Amino acid sequence: MIKRVEEKRILMENCVAVNLKTAEKRIFTSKNIAFLKRRYPRLKLRTGEWLPFESPDASIEGYIKKGGYKALEKVLKMKPEEVIKEIEDSQLIGRGGAAFPTGLKWKFVFKQTEKEKYFVCNADEGEPGTFKDKVLLDQSPHKIIEGMIIGAYASGASKGYIYVREEYFDSTRTIEKAIGEARDKGFLGINILDSSFSFDIKVVRGMGSYICGEETALFRSIEGRRGIPEVKPPFPTTSGLYKKPTVINNVETLANIPHIILNGARWFKSLGVEGSFGTKIFSISGNVKNPGVYELELGKFTLADLIYGLAGGIEGNRKLKAVLPGGASTRFLTKDNLDIKMDYKSLKEAGTSLGTGAVIVFDETISIPRIVKHLFDFYEEESCGSCVPCRIGTKRISEILKDIIEPATVKVGNLYGTDGANMNYLTKLKDIGMAMKESSKCGLGQSAPDPLLSSIDFFSNEYLALIKKVNGRKS
Amino acid sequence: MEEKVKLTIDGKEVEVPAGLTIMEAADSIGIYIPHLCYNPTYKKFLLPSSSCRICVVEVEGMKNLIASCSYPVSSGMVVRTNSERVQKARRVTLELLLSSHPMDCMTCEISGRCELEKVAYELGVPSSSFQGERVNYPIDTSNPFIIRDYNKCILCGRCVAACAEIQYNNAIDFSNRGFRTKIATAYDRPLQESTCEFCGRCVSVCPVGALTEKMRRGRGREWELKKFTTICPYCGCGCTIELNVKDNKIVKITADPFVGINEGSLCVKGKFGYDFISHPDRLKMPLIKKDGKFVECRWEEALKYTADKLKELKERYGPDAIAGLSSAKCTNEENYLFQKFMRAVTGTNNVDHCARLCHASTVAGLAKAFGSGAMTNSIAELEDAKCILVTGSNTSEAHPIIALRIKAAVKRNGAKLIVADPRKIDMVRFACIHLQHRPGTDVALFNGMMNVILKEGLQDKEFIKNRTEGFDEFKKVVEKYDPQIVERITGVPEEKIIEAARVYATSKPAAIVYSMGITQHTTGTDNVLTLANLAMLTGNIGKESSGVNPLRGQNNVQGACDMGALPNLLPGYLSIIDENARKKFADAWGRDIPAKPGLTVVEMMHAARKGILKGMYIMGENPFLSDPNANEVRKALEKLEFLVVQDIFLSETAEYANVVFPAVSFAEKDGTFTNTERRVQRIRKIIEPPWEAKPDWQIICLLSEKMGYEMKYENPSEIMAEIGILVPSYGGITYDRIERKGLQWPCPDKNHPGTPVLHREKFTRGKGLFSPVEYIAPVENPDAEYPFVLTTGRVLYHYHTGTMTRHSQGLNEIYPQGVVEINPEDAVKLHINTGDMVEVSSRRGSVKVKAEISERPLPGVVFMTFHFKEAAANLLTIDALDPVAKIPEFKVCAVRINGVRS
Repeated sequence: MIKRVEEKRILMENCVAVNLKTAEKRIFTSKNIAFLKRRYPRLKLRTGEWLPFESPDASIEGYIKKGGYKALEKVLKMKPEEVIKEIEDSQLIGRGGAAFPTGLKWKFVFKQTEKEKYFVCNADEGEPGTFKDKVLLDQSPHKIIEGMIIGAYASGASKGYIYVREEYFDSTRTIEKAIGEARDKGFLGINILDSSFSFDIKVVRGMGSYICGEETALFRSIEGRRGIPEVKPPFPTTSGLYKKPTVINNVETLANIPHIILNGARWFKSLGVEGSFGTKIFSISGNVKNPGVYELELGKFTLADLIYGLAGGIEGNRKLKAVLPGGASTRFLTKDNLDIKMDYKSLKEAGTSLGTGAVIVFDETISIPRIVKHLFDFYEEESCGSCVPCRIGTKRISEILKDIIEPATVKVGNLYGTDGANMNYLTKLKDIGMAMKESSKCGLGQSAPDPLLSSIDFFSNEYLALIKKVNGRKS
Repeated sequence: MEEKVKLTIDGKEVEVPAGLTIMEAADSIGIYIPHLCYNPTYKKFLLPSSSCRICVVEVEGMKNLIASCSYPVSSGMVVRTNSERVQKARRVTLELLLSSHPMDCMTCEISGRCELEKVAYELGVPSSSFQGERVNYPIDTSNPFIIRDYNKCILCGRCVAACAEIQYNNAIDFSNRGFRTKIATAYDRPLQESTCEFCGRCVSVCPVGALTEKMRRGRGREWELKKFTTICPYCGCGCTIELNVKDNKIVKITADPFVGINEGSLCVKGKFGYDFISHPDRLKMPLIKKDGKFVECRWEEALKYTADKLKELKERYGPDAIAGLSSAKCTNEENYLFQKFMRAVTGTNNVDHCARLCHASTVAGLAKAFGSGAMTNSIAELEDAKCILVTGSNTSEAHPIIALRIKAAVKRNGAKLIVADPRKIDMVRFACIHLQHRPGTDVALFNGMMNVILKEGLQDKEFIKNRTEGFDEFKKVVEKYDPQIVERITGVPEEKIIEAARVYATSKPAAIVYSMGITQHTTGTDNVLTLANLAMLTGNIGKESSGVNPLRGQNNVQGACDMGALPNLLPGYLSIIDENARKKFADAWGRDIPAKPGLTVVEMMHAARKGILKGMYIMGENPFLSDPNANEVRKALEKLEFLVVQDIFLSETAEYANVVFPAVSFAEKDGTFTNTERRVQRIRKIIEPPWEAKPDWQIICLLSEKMGYEMKYENPSEIMAEIGILVPSYGGITYDRIERKGLQWPCPDKNHPGTPVLHREKFTRGKGLFSPVEYIAPVENPDAEYPFVLTTGRVLYHYHTGTMTRHSQGLNEIYPQGVVEINPEDAVKLHINTGDMVEVSSRRGSVKVKAEISERPLPGVVFMTFHFKEAAANLLTIDALDPVAKIPEFKVCAVRINGVRS
């Protein structure tokens, strides 16, 4: 079973690459729209407008033809404060997982008096189940570049970096090529479009580590240092890359910028719902018929719409068991949550989070403890080792889960539970999980226990069944 | 006004300055938060890494617990430091940590000082309830100093930060990830194969038993050790050290981060080079040579024999047939007594010491230019200089702790470092400009820089006008030194000279730091005068973080000079030809002082060889290895009728003695040392000396008594009291005042706070004197027969003639033998490889030594150290002298190199 999930994960990423051509169509194909229209009779689907994921065109000619870099021209006639105001008014929040207001971040950096500032695009998309940024990098590189230039202009940065996940070979090449084209056309470099504003971007290939997606670890990685998170505060807006004020935005966040500038904050706020304006790109994977990337208005659709509407339902028409709604580091949802609206607020109220928008679906045949163990194998591997709860916590959780699930392979013998108290294992798991969640240094350790702790809440019977088996074997 | 922040901690309202961390705020109202990876003791040096998560606290409105060691307070914050939630999180975290820790506290060296042990005690966690895999690394005992047991490591990162941010060495870092994270050198090689310099700072900051001193293993639990503060006996830095003693044995050496010029830093010698004290070869009884063999005898016999002999020589040949070498390794009190003995008892001014060989030209040069020959500023000030010119000083090896200040100035405060040195020394790593001039062309180089400064109008006209004299004559000379001409003399490209001139003249304050690369030339005094000119030209004198700063080589070479252990100067630098000065001392001592200046070190050797000098009394010096042209020194020592040597080991010089007095080391006597920044610091009797060895001051007193002149002192503080009366700059220095922290002279009275910066309002001599100095080539230049220039110096791991370091096992293991550094270009021509034995010969002698191919020297230049008797560089060096200061030209002579067939 574990193996299957693994294969699935690899498959899913391939799947994106394969399905990219159809991705755009999928949002608007008759079948999907028909489904949504059945559910929402009064829904008016927008077409022809520019959304982050719409009208992909990797070539600069195609991008310009569709109105690309028009937003940049507009911005260069505005004052930085006006640009920031527009973004603030739009209430755009970061799409990388932490959901921080983008305009506010720019304003913080703009207010810093330091001469040297940086603008960094975080394209180290490493959260398991997430592959939306890859699609943007491959299909709309110029939209990201334009977003960065605008952001840099607004915040006063003169140097930019795009930190691309190491495994995204093609994306790195695509974005590098796009930067070259943009430079040739005068969108990047000294005196952009004959203005007094100068800005250039360098692409940095990631170092193959999950933690390098954490902003301070990412900065260290660019600086050529070991990728581990730093103590915050100071936050990047005051002391980021090379200890200078730095804006760091997610790929998808940046892809929203040109649209907001061209169409205005009011237009943006006409999309989505209060607290979650605009659209969100979801990467759906797991046991669904059509895994892939889908862009939806926030708060207008339910989890069921995503799974049964866009993704075509569960494979083999089996029953749904659980969903990780925002990537591997969020709390599980179950079949009881199918009607939850997909936006920041609703998911937060349900005790989980929208995270990166990576919806991983598990059907009734999947063993949840095994999934959690699989995740902890990943966290154990990816923990940077800097703080105690995460460094040793991930290790111990992994060991306990292994002990429960694969007792035959454990050489040392079983760790706990010899007293026959089945709950002993679960108590240990909960204790470590809570300590990690509460005391870890960065987001990795703080959110890694979420799937574990929620799975104990919802599926403790599955754990207990396994533990019973272990104890049976022992006695 | 300081911004204040109000917050609530555990229900108590508290107002603290903004910028404090929660832990500091809690501490201010007496609330203790347990912590592990962060230690407030090291606050100034090491930022919290917040990795242990033991110090977490609950803050209202925050989702997670936060680390109080690094999180700043903010207004209205409500903090709970010990809620149930906090306690539980701390407990689990600690148990996790313990689940991967070898619980061998019973035998752990660090037990009692262990910070993990402390936290476990505070939280009441005896063991871990978690089980699982533990790391299992082999314990690294391969180097002589540090045992590395990473099974105990808690990965707090202090050692990494100390290495990178205090020592600027970057020998270690985190390697691997996650559970397998480990502190390692590059490619996890042993320390001795990395850039590690074994300063031991990592050991001192390690909170657990992961890093321990090898030599202390099994020799005492932490709580059995008694700590005594004293001063390091090695270089002129004058670091404060703590001897950790159990049962009259030194177990280890530590340093307090809040005390002394070193602020907790030490170098490998200070940290690990102490085992010479308990070496079995220490002299235990007086020796008298009978039939060519040393025989142990009682003090009474040895003293009487010596006194009789000296009296006999004095009667037969007159007092000037006797000479004495005092010691820069001995205390001020001992140096004072020694010169008093020579002048008042023996009746000669033939007293000198090894300052002659290192900084005589400084004393002469700076006294001429400014009026006093010492470091004008203080060590700590270097950190705030905007520009530092280091010349003729291999600072990081010869004065490692001062080098740390310079590195900090560059790395932390953005100062610009100019290194002018014929070798590519390690300091070049930190420099923005390296002027790699040919040995002996210093005057030309700095005249070239001053030429540029004048040409571009970068001089400080106000300063020159108001505070100096002699500018016009000086200007005339400097005008001749166009950078183009200077390039031809020095080999330094014109542009670099111009750039260096601009950087030095425009970044203020700028400090000049120099050492024996400047002084040990026949033009040593000229070199010093040129640097004085450079500082005055730009107004960089009499201000903080500026000045001309000679780094004195030995722990008390400054003091030995201050005490008048010089043939032409009385204590306090009063001239021997000044009748009033002589009278002052004659009145105090009750004996007439001879008016004729005495012989200098090298002159003494010349005189002995010629048979003019008949007897010598050498205290704690080893001229056989330290003086130039050692073959001639040997002849001189052999020719003496009577030689008394007083030392802690039977040194190479002592082998030639008729009588040897066993003296004691710095740890076995009371006294004071004056370090390079003129700071008079206290050393203490901490352990008992071996057998019958006596402090040098006592030996001098006893001998003096036997010679018929009573010297009676209960202890050295009484000698200091006498010094205070006779030497005005020491007038205010008493043992009470320097109990904890030394004072910098001049300190004329009991209320004077000491003087960190000299020449503030006016120069000691009134106005600063510019001297016109022309370039003169070294005495011996390479030719067809001897085609290479030999230059000499020190290495980090050894010290002076090795009397101490060669008796330290660890230092010898890590650096067992001398080498000759040869540039790769020359090595190719000579078909020599690293490790080959070569013969280096000059007109005066030859030595066999291992070759090391290195980019450090220029092509045509080779480098050797003078520490090793097996490959004594001073068999080769020339005994030509500077005409003013009588310092020999150690830094330049011509040699030839031949391969040796093995």
